[in-house]
Amino acid sequence: MSDTPPSEVTVTINGDEFEARPGEMLIAAADRAGVHIPRFCYHERMSSVGMCRMCLVDIDTGRGPMLQPSCMVPVAEGMVVDTQSEETKRAQEGILEFLLVNHPLDCPVCDKGGECPLQDQTMAYGPGESRFVEEKRHYEKPIPISDLVDLDRERCILCDRCTRFADEIAGDPLIQFTERGSSTQVLTFPDEPFSSYFSGNTVQICPVGALTAAPYRFKARPWDLEQVESTCTTCSVGCRVAVESSRNQLVRYLGVDVESVNHGWLCDKGRFDYEAVNSGDRLVTPLVRDDHDQHQLLGTDWGSALARAAEAIEQAGPQRVGIIGGSRLTNEDAYAWAKLARSVIGTDNVDAQLGDGLPADVVLGLPTATIAETCEADTVLIVGPDLKEELPILHLRLRVAATKGQTKVIEIGPIVTGAETYAQRSISCRSGEAAKTLVALLESDDPLGDQLRDGSVVAVLGRASMAESATPALEVASVIRDRLPHATFLLALRRGNVRGALDMGLAPGILPGRTTIDDPSESLINRWQNLPEKAGLDTTAMLQAAATGELDTLILLGADPLRDFPDRNLAMDAFRQVKTVIAIDNFVTESVSHADVVMPSTAYGEQEGTTTNIEGRVSRLAQKITPPGSTRDDWMIAAELAWRLGGDLGVGSREEIWGEIEQVAPSHAGVTIERICGPEAHEGILIQGSSVNPKLVTPQEPPVVDGYGLRLVSGRKLWDAGTGVSHSPSLRHLAEEPTLKVHPGDLQRLGVPSGTAVRVISTRTTETLLAVADDTILRGTAVLPFNQPGGGANRFIDATALVNDIRIETL
Amino acid sequence: MTGIGGTPIPHAPGFVANDTPRIVTARFDYEDSYTLERYEATGGYQGLRKALQQTPEEVHSEVRDATLLGRGGAGFPAGVKWGFCPPGVWPRYLVVNGDESEPGTYKDRLLMELDPHQLIEGCLIACYAVGLSQCFLYVRGEMAVAQERVAKALNDAYSAGYIGKNILDTEFSVDIILHWGAGAYVVGEETALIESLEGNRGMPRLKPPYFPAAVGLYGQPTIVNNVETLSNLPWILEHGAEAFTAIGTESSPGTRMVAVSGHVQRPGVYEIVNGTTTFRDLLYSEEMCGGIRNENQLKAFVPGGGSAPWFTPAQLDLPFEGSQIGPEGSMLGSGAIIVMDETTDIPAAALTLTKFYAHESCGKCVPCREGGPWLEQILRRIVDGLGTPRDLDLLFEVGETICPGDFPHAAVPSRGIEAVPFPYRMTTICFVGPSAFAPIHSALTLFREEFEEKVAGNKNRTMIEVAVDV
Repeated sequence: MSDTPPSEVTVTINGDEFEARPGEMLIAAADRAGVHIPRFCYHERMSSVGMCRMCLVDIDTGRGPMLQPSCMVPVAEGMVVDTQSEETKRAQEGILEFLLVNHPLDCPVCDKGGECPLQDQTMAYGPGESRFVEEKRHYEKPIPISDLVDLDRERCILCDRCTRFADEIAGDPLIQFTERGSSTQVLTFPDEPFSSYFSGNTVQICPVGALTAAPYRFKARPWDLEQVESTCTTCSVGCRVAVESSRNQLVRYLGVDVESVNHGWLCDKGRFDYEAVNSGDRLVTPLVRDDHDQHQLLGTDWGSALARAAEAIEQAGPQRVGIIGGSRLTNEDAYAWAKLARSVIGTDNVDAQLGDGLPADVVLGLPTATIAETCEADTVLIVGPDLKEELPILHLRLRVAATKGQTKVIEIGPIVTGAETYAQRSISCRSGEAAKTLVALLESDDPLGDQLRDGSVVAVLGRASMAESATPALEVASVIRDRLPHATFLLALRRGNVRGALDMGLAPGILPGRTTIDDPSESLINRWQNLPEKAGLDTTAMLQAAATGELDTLILLGADPLRDFPDRNLAMDAFRQVKTVIAIDNFVTESVSHADVVMPSTAYGEQEGTTTNIEGRVSRLAQKITPPGSTRDDWMIAAELAWRLGGDLGVGSREEIWGEIEQVAPSHAGVTIERICGPEAHEGILIQGSSVNPKLVTPQEPPVVDGYGLRLVSGRKLWDAGTGVSHSPSLRHLAEEPTLKVHPGDLQRLGVPSGTAVRVISTRTTETLLAVADDTILRGTAVLPFNQPGGGANRFIDATALVNDIRIETL
Repeated sequence: MTGIGGTPIPHAPGFVANDTPRIVTARFDYEDSYTLERYEATGGYQGLRKALQQTPEEVHSEVRDATLLGRGGAGFPAGVKWGFCPPGVWPRYLVVNGDESEPGTYKDRLLMELDPHQLIEGCLIACYAVGLSQCFLYVRGEMAVAQERVAKALNDAYSAGYIGKNILDTEFSVDIILHWGAGAYVVGEETALIESLEGNRGMPRLKPPYFPAAVGLYGQPTIVNNVETLSNLPWILEHGAEAFTAIGTESSPGTRMVAVSGHVQRPGVYEIVNGTTTFRDLLYSEEMCGGIRNENQLKAFVPGGGSAPWFTPAQLDLPFEGSQIGPEGSMLGSGAIIVMDETTDIPAAALTLTKFYAHESCGKCVPCREGGPWLEQILRRIVDGLGTPRDLDLLFEVGETICPGDFPHAAVPSRGIEAVPFPYRMTTICFVGPSAFAPIHSALTLFREEFEEKVAGNKNRTMIEVAVDV
């Protein structure tokens, strides 16, 4: 940002002078001046097309008033605008009459009826009656254009919003205009559905009911909906969202336009996974292992479940308890559990991550960039997962920024990602060799080296593959710190509130407020009284300890290690060995089915609180519906357990918890409950600063793949076997069965035709998978999605290895 | 010469010679006028040679001095248009608008079929004068003969060293690329043509920027010129601007081609003296159209292509001079004169034209996309005898949303109706929408009694009846 304020342009709108920004379109200036000009095609986040002609107003630039589209005319000094002149009114009435000529009047059965811009603007600006007596245009209605979106071409007013969104924003130009004139229609290409991860946005921006969302269709009427503003926690981007319910059921999420995060867009997973919250599969009552039949979980009351949990924790003793998970929780819940572990149970064995992220000291210690800073950096260096699959809206923001030329994106990684279409350069490297590749790039005479050295750089850093340890990512961080000291980082961690859980101290050696156990704040010691002496175990170490009988009780805080921990065999060994597993969750996941005590917790939309996104931005979560059954908030469960363990968390509400966080967490000082609930909440409050020092590792040579082996690369897909997708009926079938993708040359070398079943051998297991040839895969690499229905890649992975190699054999 | 599939192509018909000076049609009488041999034998490529001996600035000012008005419809001086290219921005392109599709217009087709080398030479001169690095020749999709002959001419000219690298052994190099349209009237609009050339849907671009000269093809400065405009350049360079301005009037010098269709004795394309020739000269003189067929009376004529407001016999003595036609309520446009004699069913004639424009809407602007077909439906109802008196006003009311304010029309002295001068206002991006209304407006204003006859006896619909009808 430059220091000099931008010069202004004075325009007169309806007699009042207004200081507009040079270059902005008149309609945007009028919006800011509080004068509404009706519109259909104009959308502030997309380019103007001037198609609907609804925003015609009288504009006088010195040559007399003329009707001009205000979405196409930039403000000019001395411009005089009349949005209420007779000519303007006549034009508005005429355009609306034209739009309604072919628009079916099926408002009573239209999803949009009641919140329809065409309906509303016809009421406000329309002629009142139509003179059209001919037959209207007819098309088959509706036709599905994707699994999630239906198109009614009769209702369509051809505003070009959805097609523009697909092309300009999503980068999936799969819907287009076909035919011409009054026969123009929006359609997909033959046999190519509009299978975009962002298709739901077209439904939201459609100014009529032409595009409807299959999961919402006919579910509610807008006037029956209640709405609160909240934050999406499906991934850690933290998109602002309007949560809507009807009859105590979540029925719709809408993107809320905030400048700092999502610009109003949502991914389809975040938009439609409310179905999981409504799911009949939800855990609604506590369960305990049947004493008579070890394979049975029996319903019980909270008192018995809590007593059994407390007993298991007490019997194990502080050193033999481990708490895994917590990224699903709100900040307040995470704080309560961090406090319970340290001050009541007395253990530091807590880890919100499942061995699938980066060490907490690195997450908290590296200088963090905001999403906005990332989109404005001279260069964005992506070394990590496929953002399109894991952090879709970050991908969208970067795509828009890169295609507009605001930033340049360089990616280094083992697979073709969604960034390839907008990257300045996509550099392929074998899994585990990103640091080596970056060093080679910086030492070469490639102009990208100077570009990185001389301009601002944000590194989007994460785990490129679940089949490699965190070490390769730490090596990259180390190279960047060393050679590009001006770079800042945006860490690509996926789980909803992982950043908040780490901020609240749900990691070994880490205390609330981005401090370490060696250096607790004065106020924290006063409040917590007890603190473990030294740092505890992370998830991998806890599972190893459990597998060797060194832990007796494992507590799963919304965690499913059997599906989400990179090493399924280790997790399975731990579950077999450990005496008691206590699970707190929304669903009976595979791991929960191994638990001895299961306690149901409230889900998204059922709890108040705050969440923190990857930038460290704290924003509010709102409760919209009453939780089902006897589910409880996670912090309440912590408080109850504390009481049963003879302690006291000393908090009685979320407000009290936040009040304590504000006092004991140094980084959060000054972020009072008043600020959290105030107007700042809309954009969220960015929390910066940290007293944690990241421990990075210097690059080492990764092991060579032997001649018969293939290096395994495993990333997550948006549509996976996670609870959000698998408990949402509309989304479930979108998750594909896993196939092993290999370069056709490698398959040929093995004499295996594409699409045949092969034996896949790793150090962990030997199993049969379908092998498919894919020429986008690097030679010597095999790609297997991490967590798909039908079996996860974590069966093949050894979490202790730097990288994992597999071999393929014919059956 | 054989066409696709070996069928012989007859000599393209349509041109009628007369004794006015011939600038662009000079070779039309030769059987082989479209060949390089004939072109060279009749002074071809001399204008280019002359141009290459001068500086580009000198060539540009020669054309500016000639006041060569654009022949595509708007009549904007080509030399001035060339000057809109922002200095120092390269590459810049020439796009030749050969997408002639205005109803009644078929002069550019003859120029491309009968003298393609003249057009090519004109392109080369324009490229040299403005420093254009590439030329795109956009030929209407339906013009098969023109496409073949232009393609052949381009190949021959390339072989002969007139196009390509180091033309005629000078430093001047340019490529000309032939592109076929896909059959859309709106692509005659220059920005829609550019969109189509880029491979997009042929839809007009939004203004501003108003001129492709600033931002055009692939975002670069682009000059879009009409075929006839460019075909004038070889003559101007060879004979000089003075010789050109000696013909016609000061504000409309030179000759222009007009295409006459309809109820005259001899319809066809004529090259006439610009600015002085009157409509009466053209339609009634023996050497030109020879009067109305069957010695009928003239009822009305469209003076400048299907989208122009109509004239009646009262305007016959107006000359082909834009500055005189505008105030009288119409335009010269693309030089197409459609003649209607006393036997013409005026509402049906208007329907024919309106139907064309409603069909050709690209679908971008709502007023054109929805208004055009609606107008057509109302008019069809009237022509079919199902209209009501109310429908006559409805036509004007619907048209008002496309063209707010007074719409231009000719005077009817017998009824005390005064002319409303050109141009009109419009709520659309381009003129396709207003063009659907123009024939209706003229017909209904000038010949209202014919419409009243059609609806006489039919009762107005009441709102209740409407509801029942639906």
